[in-house]
Amino acid sequence: MEALSPTMEEGRVAKWHKREGDTVKAGDTLAEIETDKAVMDLVARADGVLRQVAVAEGQTVPVGSVVAVIAAPGETVGATAASAPPPAPVPSGSGMRDTGYGMRDAGSVVPAPTDVTRVKASPLAKRMAREAGVDLKLVTGSGPGGRVVKRDLEGTAQGAPTPVAAVADTHPASRIPHPASPRISHPAVSGVPFEDIPLTQIRKTIAKRLVTSLGPIPHFFLTSEVDMERAAEAREALNKQLGDRGKVSFNDIVIKATGLALIKHRACNAWFQEDHIRYWNEVHIGMAVAVEDGLITPVIRNADVKSLAEIGWEAKELADKARSRRLQPSEYTGATFSVSNLGMFDIDQFTAVINPPEAGIIAVGSIVQKPVVLDGQVTGRRRMRLTMSCDHRVIDGATGAAFLQTLKQMLENPLAMLL
Amino acid sequence: MASQFDVVILGGGPAGYVAAIRSAQLGMSTAVIEKEKLGGVCVNIGCIPTKALLHSAYIARLLRDAKEFGVEAGAVKTDYGVAMQRSRKVSDQNSKGVEFLMKKNKVTVVKGAGVLQPGRKVKVGNDVYEAKKAVIIATGSRVKGLPQIGLEINKTTVISSDEALFLEKAPASLAIIGAGAVGMEFADIFSAFGTPVTLIEALPRILPLEDAEASDALAKSYKKRGIEVIAGAKVKKGTPAKDKVTLEVEANGATRKIDVAAVLMAAGRAVNTENIGLAECGVQVTERGFIKVDAGLQTTAPGYYAIGDVAGPPMLAHKGMREGVTVTELIAGKKPHAIRYDNVPSVTYCHPEVASIGLTEDQCKERKFDYVAGRFPFSANGRARGTGETEGFVKILRDKKYGEILGAHIVGGHASEIIHELAVARENEYTVEEVELAIHAHPTMSEAVAQAALDSLGRVVDM
Repeated sequence: MEALSPTMEEGRVAKWHKREGDTVKAGDTLAEIETDKAVMDLVARADGVLRQVAVAEGQTVPVGSVVAVIAAPGETVGATAASAPPPAPVPSGSGMRDTGYGMRDAGSVVPAPTDVTRVKASPLAKRMAREAGVDLKLVTGSGPGGRVVKRDLEGTAQGAPTPVAAVADTHPASRIPHPASPRISHPAVSGVPFEDIPLTQIRKTIAKRLVTSLGPIPHFFLTSEVDMERAAEAREALNKQLGDRGKVSFNDIVIKATGLALIKHRACNAWFQEDHIRYWNEVHIGMAVAVEDGLITPVIRNADVKSLAEIGWEAKELADKARSRRLQPSEYTGATFSVSNLGMFDIDQFTAVINPPEAGIIAVGSIVQKPVVLDGQVTGRRRMRLTMSCDHRVIDGATGAAFLQTLKQMLENPLAMLL
Repeated sequence: MASQFDVVILGGGPAGYVAAIRSAQLGMSTAVIEKEKLGGVCVNIGCIPTKALLHSAYIARLLRDAKEFGVEAGAVKTDYGVAMQRSRKVSDQNSKGVEFLMKKNKVTVVKGAGVLQPGRKVKVGNDVYEAKKAVIIATGSRVKGLPQIGLEINKTTVISSDEALFLEKAPASLAIIGAGAVGMEFADIFSAFGTPVTLIEALPRILPLEDAEASDALAKSYKKRGIEVIAGAKVKKGTPAKDKVTLEVEANGATRKIDVAAVLMAAGRAVNTENIGLAECGVQVTERGFIKVDAGLQTTAPGYYAIGDVAGPPMLAHKGMREGVTVTELIAGKKPHAIRYDNVPSVTYCHPEVASIGLTEDQCKERKFDYVAGRFPFSANGRARGTGETEGFVKILRDKKYGEILGAHIVGGHASEIIHELAVARENEYTVEEVELAIHAHPTMSEAVAQAALDSLGRVVDM
């Protein structure tokens, strides 16, 4: 059982696509695996014959267990695979992969990990991972004994911290092109995606004391009511112009405004990392989506630079994927800040729980007609309540308030987003 | 009647004989077909005998300079014939060593010229050898002349390394065409044996594949020693006579005539792909004439593999040896570590020696890498001063961001031995920091490696 998502500890075989005796090629879908987050394809990592299926449909096994054995044609398979107890879970998919030649012996299917917390990686890979903010535990190593080497990390240096599939590097004459992760250029700060600033003593003390008083993440909350009249007008005009080409929702406008406000308030666009705070120069907004049996937050990357139409289209796509449980790990990891919206349930206001290591989340309430005093006159206006949950280890009251104020101004005067 | 083996290897050079041993170790019945001597070019007319001759040259120069070290050897006389005889003995010992290894590993050695046949068969004379698992083609390469300008190898006045290795006497004067490893080494040898040598290279600098600083250092060293070095030169015509050759050489905008007793052709090699039945078996070759192989070294004909010089550059014995191990492990169904073709060391054993791995500084520039070059000269190294080997340097090209060792270049005594620290480092992706952190014994030439690593970090100690 391969780790198909960063947090996956076990997987349920939903459906086998291949049967015992079938010839398989590297890349063929062997089975559909239901993980904690989505239904994913388990693909063959080698050519050969599917000699043995060790896990029946519907059965759940830990990561690292043998699910099947692929053997070379004519090769016999001992009783080891099926009868052996599943070994301890391994951090990444070392259960089924090859080192690059498309040939392997059946015995090697069984991994023998000893210490799941230890990551085998070359000094160069460790350094690249550290600078790119990639967790090496999530990377499949293609070096000797599953060691993470440079080629496993190439292409991630500027991307989000997502797991990277190993691509075997063999002969120069027939090298496989590496699927580099998308690189979105960002106008913000000198090309680097983030900056790590060590915790100062006072920050450390604040962190310690607040944690002891309030639980793992010391939350505090800020609420502000926003006049959405002009945003509503802008939305109507935009949707008219877009016509059949898509729709912009209030949530899309909130995401875009949040992205832009975060660029102005980098102090809120951060991750708490135990001994340092990572201030992000890129903005990736997690968007909470309710699914049948829970909740998942797909990520709109670089929300500050995308147009409203792009965000609208992408949000819909991601929400659809989330509901059908087809999100890829890269699509729901790496957010720098989140937005949660319960407006459609007529919730006036609520407090959302921070998604660590992010330092903040905005909870969006419903838009309600309310009487307000404007220029000395009582008039009906569309109003919406935003509540920001802040991690006090990173964000102080005034810092969060300043951000929320910028966000409010942007929503109340959507033209400010163009500034 | 066909004899059956699991693996049949055509060619018993460094790639072929190593493949044979590994194949036998893996429990496969193995046959090697060799038309000449086991060990191939490397053992018989390449790497091994030239190293013996280079050592003779080294001793000659050492004795000439011995007075300075307080040792008087009198007038130094050299005799190329004796040195040649010794080099032959060394080659024979090595070839016999390979024969012994074949016996020890129960590899069947077939003497004769093999021709591939369809159905994983190789025909030698009237006998047919059938491979149950795989045929491995390891036929190697040979020297080539330049017939188009009148310099066809005639084995008397126009010779190749094949003849130079068997001369009884050093030529009265010699022009060497091609300043790659072969040309550089023979220039070193014959110069030490008293032959006036003119070294001619078509590309703008000698050792054109090495880092420009290495080329410069060697050009300077050779000129100081009286070897004439003409780079960026075009040999327009060669006219061999009975006991001399006249060359017309164009360089620096002028054409001049050079009369020499002999010309040594050291420009390029041709692969041995003719008359071995490649086309009949569906084994295709590339535009450059090498056998086409996939990532697993298999040719376009299933069951036929190719390794060593015929399978593509770099045409180096150690690259072929590695392919020999890898290909047999693949055939046996193992999953060997992928060969890193960007991490094959390159060594020229002239004096001072030149050894390198990875990219040159020019290649780093072409690829627009953000790099820092760290350097350390042997003139600042205590051990090198003691032995009088102060020529040369260690140069390490470090990636600025991650400290990756992009390339390393060593010119100096024992460079061929020192380079492996950097080969190990690169194979395991150590950065310059790990190299420097390893404690280097003092005083050694290898300290220069640690110092060059430090220099690339801006904190060199000994300079």
